[in-house]
Amino acid sequence: MHPSSARLRQGVDRVLFLGPATLLLFAFFVLPVVVDIAIAFTDMSRNLKVSGFTTEHFQRMFGGDSRLASVMLVTLFYVLGTLSIFNVTYGLLLALMTTALPDRMGAFFRAIWFLPRMSPSVVYALLWSWVVAPTDYGLLNQAVGLFGIPPLDPKSSTPMLVVILSNGFIGASFGMIIFTSAIRSIPQHLFHAARADGAGGLAIVRHITLPAIRWQLSFVTIYQALALLVSFEYIWLITNGGPFFDTTVYALYVYRRAFENGQYAYGAALSLGLVVAGTIVSLVLWRFFDMKALLQRPRIEVT
Amino acid sequence: MAKIELRRVAKSWGEVAAVEPTDLTIGDGEFVAILGPSGCGKSTTLFMLAGIYTPTGGDILFDGQRVNDVEARDRNVGIVFQSYALYPNMSVRDNILFPLRFKDVDKAAAAARADAAARLVQVHELMDRRPGQLSGGQQQRVALARALVKEPQLLLLDEPLSNLDASLRLTMRSEIRSLQRKLGVTTLLVTHDQIEATTMADRVICMSRGRIEQVGTAEDLYHRPNSVFVAGFIGSPPINLLACSVDAGTLRVGEAKLRATGGAGECVLGVRPESVALGTGPFRGRVGDLEPHGRETIYHLETALGPLRALEAGASARFRLGDEVSFAISATLLFDARTTRRIEGAGADMPA
Repeated sequence: MHPSSARLRQGVDRVLFLGPATLLLFAFFVLPVVVDIAIAFTDMSRNLKVSGFTTEHFQRMFGGDSRLASVMLVTLFYVLGTLSIFNVTYGLLLALMTTALPDRMGAFFRAIWFLPRMSPSVVYALLWSWVVAPTDYGLLNQAVGLFGIPPLDPKSSTPMLVVILSNGFIGASFGMIIFTSAIRSIPQHLFHAARADGAGGLAIVRHITLPAIRWQLSFVTIYQALALLVSFEYIWLITNGGPFFDTTVYALYVYRRAFENGQYAYGAALSLGLVVAGTIVSLVLWRFFDMKALLQRPRIEVT
Repeated sequence: MAKIELRRVAKSWGEVAAVEPTDLTIGDGEFVAILGPSGCGKSTTLFMLAGIYTPTGGDILFDGQRVNDVEARDRNVGIVFQSYALYPNMSVRDNILFPLRFKDVDKAAAAARADAAARLVQVHELMDRRPGQLSGGQQQRVALARALVKEPQLLLLDEPLSNLDASLRLTMRSEIRSLQRKLGVTTLLVTHDQIEATTMADRVICMSRGRIEQVGTAEDLYHRPNSVFVAGFIGSPPINLLACSVDAGTLRVGEAKLRATGGAGECVLGVRPESVALGTGPFRGRVGDLEPHGRETIYHLETALGPLRALEAGASARFRLGDEVSFAISATLLFDARTTRRIEGAGADMPA
């Protein structure tokens, strides 16, 4: 082939391979951020009119909004709680237990835990609303009713618990799947060696399994932290952020300000905070878990 | 150190029998090798002794104590795996120390023992490295140190040399052998390499399809194989096995008739390549192919008996392709074709 046409071909190939992904990334990630930044400096409200530019929304964010501090506290509680109890710890426990079971039984339990993720989020949220419904018909109250306990109203008394439980039951399956495949890829002879060396179940988990899946642990922690930070659909559907603002996490607060109160510009400014926070969390975790080193080509360890 | 006994020990996976009911005794301090092709049940046997697999039948006894239900970690058995199975996240020191973590050994004593074990296999200068930074031979030594540091009553070696290159294999073979003599630890080696088995072990157990075919010294297996399988598996280049039939002292093989001592009916005649002496003799053949090996030459002869491999020592080949040669055969073995067992005292080395 002629050298210049080969070069042309290379260029075309590059565009063909990278083009669609770049376009999508630009249209759905870069452009919205740019639009968001622009709107954040306007006075856009319910009527969608822009009559002038202002920085008042940022002033409000840094001092003017008395609600914001408590929203952030709720968010921190929600993300750390769900992440540490369910998405990482419980996901890991499920993976450890189901891989220790005979193959079919393990797959069965994993499938059960995977069900919520496969069901539509509205259906899942409705089921939770039924479970914690304060009337006699709620599943929980039917259960406690058997013991003569009067109906409970967890959505009012312990709303954060409901939010963490409902998100955690879905969230655990992500870690479970990742950890399961990671545990499966550990060479069997390492377990055999450890058993012969006198290690019990817990010692094997600590010395063999956990070190072998530390990359996956880092990944799930980072990925799920960010996912939880921006997710609010289950909270919105189950508690609607209430009672009052008790379960309004940052992402939901943005939504409520922008779409419920019609403060589009303020919502845009708030969501910029999410972009910044997300970027910072990624970078910190990246650094903290030494992801770069983990992503490097592995040296031959065990064959 | 312990005396190991297997009484009718069997292992099956569902319908598939990996090890048929097997009896075996390994004396205290003895070095025994299980030799067989892959899938013969040798590793399964090793894993049952280690406590990693539970036998589906029979009893395993360590010094007369039944250990079937004793967990791997309570058996005090050291294992060296084919892949070495070193813990990749731990330093060499921590790898060697690992078995001592679970024993009642104080820190200083454990460090001293790990150091001694490392010195024994000459890896004491690599203590702070990770397994990934070691060569195959070094990993192998670390694996040995880890297996020996807890002073096991039984040392199990699962194809320990097959991942090493040829020259290193030679060195490690004699090193492991002398180490075992020095420590006097009861040792079971599992291998598919006959040289490894015969050079290292006091006794060799030849296994095939979940069954022990023969137990004996290297000499027993080579000169007095129980069966066609053992005769064919032991020896390199392999023995010539020729289908034949014996009738009233006459053995028909190919187009030739030989005088048979013993045997009747359908048989298999076994002739070791070095038992075919070229130059003079009552048989004639043509050199169809030859492989010069430097120290020796292997001839592929076309004869009235059928194709025969002949091995001749010497630096240069005496015959060339297409040459007609006379030859004699000796020390022949005769097997019953149906049972595949060797017929004691039977053979045929002269024309009828």
